[in-house]
Amino acid sequence: MGKEGGKTVNIRQRREKAIRIAFFGVALASITTLGLIVLFLFMEGIPIFKEVSVHDFLFGKYWYPTDDPPDFGIFPLIAASISVTAVASIISIPLGVLTALYLAEAASYRVREWVKPIVELLAAIPSVVIGFFGMVVFAPFLQEILDIPTGLNLFNASLMLAFMSIPTICSISEDAIFSVPIELKEASLALGATHWETIWRVIIPASISGISTAIILGMSRAIGETMVVLMVAGGATLIPASLFDPVRPMPASIAAEMAEAPFRGDHYYALFATGIVLFAFTLLFNLLADHIAHKYRQVGAATL
Amino acid sequence: MKFKGFSVVTFAVALCLIASLAYAGNIVIKGSTTVLPIAQKVAEAYMKQHPDVKISISGGGSGNGIKALIDGSTDIADSSRFIKNKEIKLAVERGKYPVPFAVAYDCIVPVVHPSNSVTNITMAQLKDLYMGKTKNWKELGGPDRTVVVISRDTSSGTYEVWSKKVMKKERVFPGALLQASNGAIVQAVANNKNAVGYIGLGYMNDNVKPLMVNRIKGSLETTLNGSYPISRPLYMFTSGWPKGDTLKFINFVVHPQKGQKYVRDAGFVPLY
Repeated sequence: MGKEGGKTVNIRQRREKAIRIAFFGVALASITTLGLIVLFLFMEGIPIFKEVSVHDFLFGKYWYPTDDPPDFGIFPLIAASISVTAVASIISIPLGVLTALYLAEAASYRVREWVKPIVELLAAIPSVVIGFFGMVVFAPFLQEILDIPTGLNLFNASLMLAFMSIPTICSISEDAIFSVPIELKEASLALGATHWETIWRVIIPASISGISTAIILGMSRAIGETMVVLMVAGGATLIPASLFDPVRPMPASIAAEMAEAPFRGDHYYALFATGIVLFAFTLLFNLLADHIAHKYRQVGAATL
Repeated sequence: MKFKGFSVVTFAVALCLIASLAYAGNIVIKGSTTVLPIAQKVAEAYMKQHPDVKISISGGGSGNGIKALIDGSTDIADSSRFIKNKEIKLAVERGKYPVPFAVAYDCIVPVVHPSNSVTNITMAQLKDLYMGKTKNWKELGGPDRTVVVISRDTSSGTYEVWSKKVMKKERVFPGALLQASNGAIVQAVANNKNAVGYIGLGYMNDNVKPLMVNRIKGSLETTLNGSYPISRPLYMFTSGWPKGDTLKFINFVVHPQKGQKYVRDAGFVPLY
């Protein structure tokens, strides 16, 4: 009897171990893939720095990769990416977070059940469709209304990117706000606070880490988005001086030029190096999101 | 010594390659990315008719194609320019005699919004537009509107022609908008009454208005008789007069009812 029991335990333990190894293998596979992609990115990007110094690459004002002699300065591209993301955030953060607050706190059950899936559906629209809309519908409209030379510009691109990041921001913030424990809310109301005071003083602080994560994920989506900026940002390699200047963010430049850049030529290396810079930006965003999530982590019942 | 050994090995490898190519019915095509779509479309059609022949095509640029032809690592070199004297010298030193076949023409036409009253432009005016010197259509006898200059991504063959024939070593100014394809330029110009762009003749449609250059309209005829200034022939080079499958393929490419049909599909000007 005892012997048999020992055997069962042994088999169970072995099975547990096998499952653990299998899971470890799966986790390792995805991490290894990611590692190899990063390695490849750096291997293909670093050689450009034999031709041009890091400083000249990052802060050079002229991008003429196919000229003889070429100029590899991506500062206009970096400036374009930052400005497009910043303007998109200014539009999408208030809209996304306020929609989330409304849905979680003010909306009736029925409205919430209807509106939330619709907002999330917005995330399912392919970016090329949003880009096409921006190019064919919104650009001529913008040009007509404001009487500007071209509707393909920083503002148009930012607005389209805001469309794309609102669902991310709204959906994740709403989850964070909705999962604030009811006890906290009840305690606040019981102390005589109004609904508004409860939202402002209790619910938002309790869900701030979730909201911040939502915002930063939304911004990552905006800075890495390619199709929309390729189609509607205009593509001029200028450092933008106005909201209505055409710009060329980094992903647009990579997408437009990579197909025909000679394999392992300087232009090819320069595009990969641009990819490294873009990667550095999204990495920074993710670290920031992680940092905020840790710093403002709630304890006790409000832990998310 | 080391170098000698290496060249012997290369020679042996090349011999094997040539031998295997001759027997297996394979054709290797390398070179210009501009000619690539033509080569691809024609090769697909050719392989459908001759299932025993395998054609492998790669890009890499005109210079690389001709280099490969001299090395003997390709049967046909695609090129968007004529062979340079330096390359001919190098080929002859290796006992190769490159033979050019014009397979198509590339004709690039400046286009504006249909509402623009400008109909003709000179090469110098085009250059000023793309250098950002001309800022208003008024300066060209058009309406009082700001000019929006649209250009192609710098690695495209269309940009290459524009840069050589129109810009003549000057740079397109950084304020020019970029579109990644001929189709996207048509779309952008059709939607913007201030815009000027340039496209391959094959992409012309009614939503945009072509401009005459130096009073010459870009068309099949003016491209073929050489009077239209922004055009160039595209070539396929072979080493010596082609033989066997390569000859059959070249004949197919230049045949008015066969290969040339696909040239038009690829957006270029056919020879006939």
